[in-house]
Amino acid sequence: MRALHEKNLRTFFVDVIRWNLRGGIGLQLFRLVLLGFMGLGVYAYSHQARYGLSVTGMNDIVSWGFYISNFTFLVGVAAAAVMLILPAYVFHDPDFHRVVIIGEGVAVGALVMCLTFIMADLGGPLQAWHLIPGIGLFNFPSSILAWDVLVLNGYLLLNGLVPAYILYSHYKGRHADEKKYRPFVFLSIFWAFTIHMVTAFLYQGLPARPFWNNPLMGPRFLASAFAAGPALITLILAVIHSSTTYKIDRSVFNKLRLIIVISAIINLIMLFSEIFKEFYFPTHHSSSAVYLFFGMDGHNSLVPWIWTSVCVNLLATLVLAFNPGKNNPKVLLPACFFLFVAIWMEKGIGLIVPGLIPSPLGEVVDYLPTWVELGVTLGILALGITVVTWLIRAALIIEQDYSGL
Amino acid sequence: MSEKKNHPKNDNPLDFLSGESNRRSFIKGLSFAAAAGSAALTAGCIPSADAATTEEMKLRWQEFFKEHYRLMTQEEKDGTVARLERLAKLQKGLDVQMSSQSPLEGVLYGYAFNITRCEGFMECVTACVEENNLDRKTNTQYIRIFEMEPGQLDPGTGDGQYYHEVPVDNKFYMGTQCFHCEKAPCIKACPTKATWREPDGIVVVDYDWCIGCRYCQAACPYYGRRFNWGQAEIPKDEITTRQHYLGNRLRPKGKMEKCTFCIQRTRKGRLPACVEACPTGARVFGNLLDPDSEIRYVLKHKKVFRMKEELGTDPKFWYFID
Repeated sequence: MRALHEKNLRTFFVDVIRWNLRGGIGLQLFRLVLLGFMGLGVYAYSHQARYGLSVTGMNDIVSWGFYISNFTFLVGVAAAAVMLILPAYVFHDPDFHRVVIIGEGVAVGALVMCLTFIMADLGGPLQAWHLIPGIGLFNFPSSILAWDVLVLNGYLLLNGLVPAYILYSHYKGRHADEKKYRPFVFLSIFWAFTIHMVTAFLYQGLPARPFWNNPLMGPRFLASAFAAGPALITLILAVIHSSTTYKIDRSVFNKLRLIIVISAIINLIMLFSEIFKEFYFPTHHSSSAVYLFFGMDGHNSLVPWIWTSVCVNLLATLVLAFNPGKNNPKVLLPACFFLFVAIWMEKGIGLIVPGLIPSPLGEVVDYLPTWVELGVTLGILALGITVVTWLIRAALIIEQDYSGL
Repeated sequence: MSEKKNHPKNDNPLDFLSGESNRRSFIKGLSFAAAAGSAALTAGCIPSADAATTEEMKLRWQEFFKEHYRLMTQEEKDGTVARLERLAKLQKGLDVQMSSQSPLEGVLYGYAFNITRCEGFMECVTACVEENNLDRKTNTQYIRIFEMEPGQLDPGTGDGQYYHEVPVDNKFYMGTQCFHCEKAPCIKACPTKATWREPDGIVVVDYDWCIGCRYCQAACPYYGRRFNWGQAEIPKDEITTRQHYLGNRLRPKGKMEKCTFCIQRTRKGRLPACVEACPTGARVFGNLLDPDSEIRYVLKHKKVFRMKEELGTDPKFWYFID
């Protein structure tokens, strides 16, 4: 069929949509489930839109909750695409070249989720246009949140347009001109570090919150992201390898394992360094850490949460490092999954909520997300997964059937 | 009020937008479709069909696309104030007198709190809630009073939830509120410049420009800010109708608010409600630039200190001991 009609930008989009609407019964069922979750998200959000953020578990003390926690973690997932881009384009690793497009798809999906979480968290989403430079009034460079808006949208553009250009070239049956996109690839490598550092600075720059006001925050964000992100990408590659005809070379998994292990170990060292600082000689600046790890004034809802996270993190890192199954995917893949979940627990809720407790006037409360927050979050996650599957499905079909490589 | 308000026959919705300056008309056109689309999600903001008179819808559109307060000319400020007064009449049947009065020349406000005198009666809190139209449903309060043990000076160690007869022997009381810092972390944090420090030292919020991200709340080291998690509920006969655009006017849901040193009173030469209500005279307010003011007397002759001085925020709020 592709030989018969002319290929242009319009047929490119039509084909992408067509490929995604077709597919086996399993895929359709999966899509339907995602759609259901997105519907739940819209329903939950309609409550929030009607009654305000009072339907969430947040209050004047814990003023950021589940949304911002997930946002913070997903910025890391988005940034982690650089761990595929860097070897592929800088070290010209042929194995990674084949999977880099998948990493970029994951980054786009993660960024879509990040931006949606921010919108869901706003008290006045209809006023969000006040953020648009030129129309609104943008507090740049003073506000780190203004920086974050810029870098996140910039990274979304970079990670959307470069792969789109490459895929479109392949779709038209010609080689993508590397001279044209190479500068943007290097820019996106630099940019990946920026989005995560800037997001860390969002918290790090607040002297009002000693738990966050910590120079290790940025580097630790990077280390945890470069462990959790590639762990997720490993899982996605395994799914692609087993459920499609696009086969992934074993060496990719081995190299990814190495990246994950190194990042996870650096992350644990930094965690240990932070814990040492907070507890060797506790000051009143340590009270958030005390609340997080041991509870305070009878409030201890995060204690089991954080200890679970730390233990699972440690175990998964050990399994990945010592590789007891001798590269057996039945051992490594669950380890990747648990590492991902452990870092999500720690770098989401485990980072954002205790930073706000106790309040600057010493008051301790507990935070628990409501069904609205959970529903909206599930909806946004489903949206992100949908974006990722659409992009990857289109990319794989083009790479396999059209590029002739 | 806008010159176009008496055209009920006008059936082109885009004409509602033409009452303002041309500079933004392009943006309005663009945003119109987007806003209409998202309206479905904000059913709570859309008045029911019978209540939505043409005039009300028109005023709401003009309010939606208005400028940041600091970029408005005096004429535009008068325009928005008139629209808000009219909307209060249309929606709630309230006769509001709203002001957009500018800062007085040669004034810099300062506040001092006498921890020897305060006995924890919380008259200040009640007066503040009533004057500033604070939400009665969630019991929002700008002022917190902490019951302190002797030997402590950090409210974080005190009890902010006490509910018993005061004063208690061998305890003392410390009040907190927004300290109107000269180097305020909240102002630096806001991504849309929706909060700023006026020339008379009052840190204010443009409630209509705030997007509700709550970054300022995370940045404040004094717990000085409150968020409208839901729509504030105040019995109609308790609403203070003498209002200021930057002060005690009714806030929409999803916006940040805070103590404004009762800007609607102090810019007219009156004292903040908390100072006036205090039965023990523990609260001192005045012009720091006036050498004969009481606040200057306190700063010169009493032992004063400020909270979290190490953060370098330079608050305009001092504690002192008799």
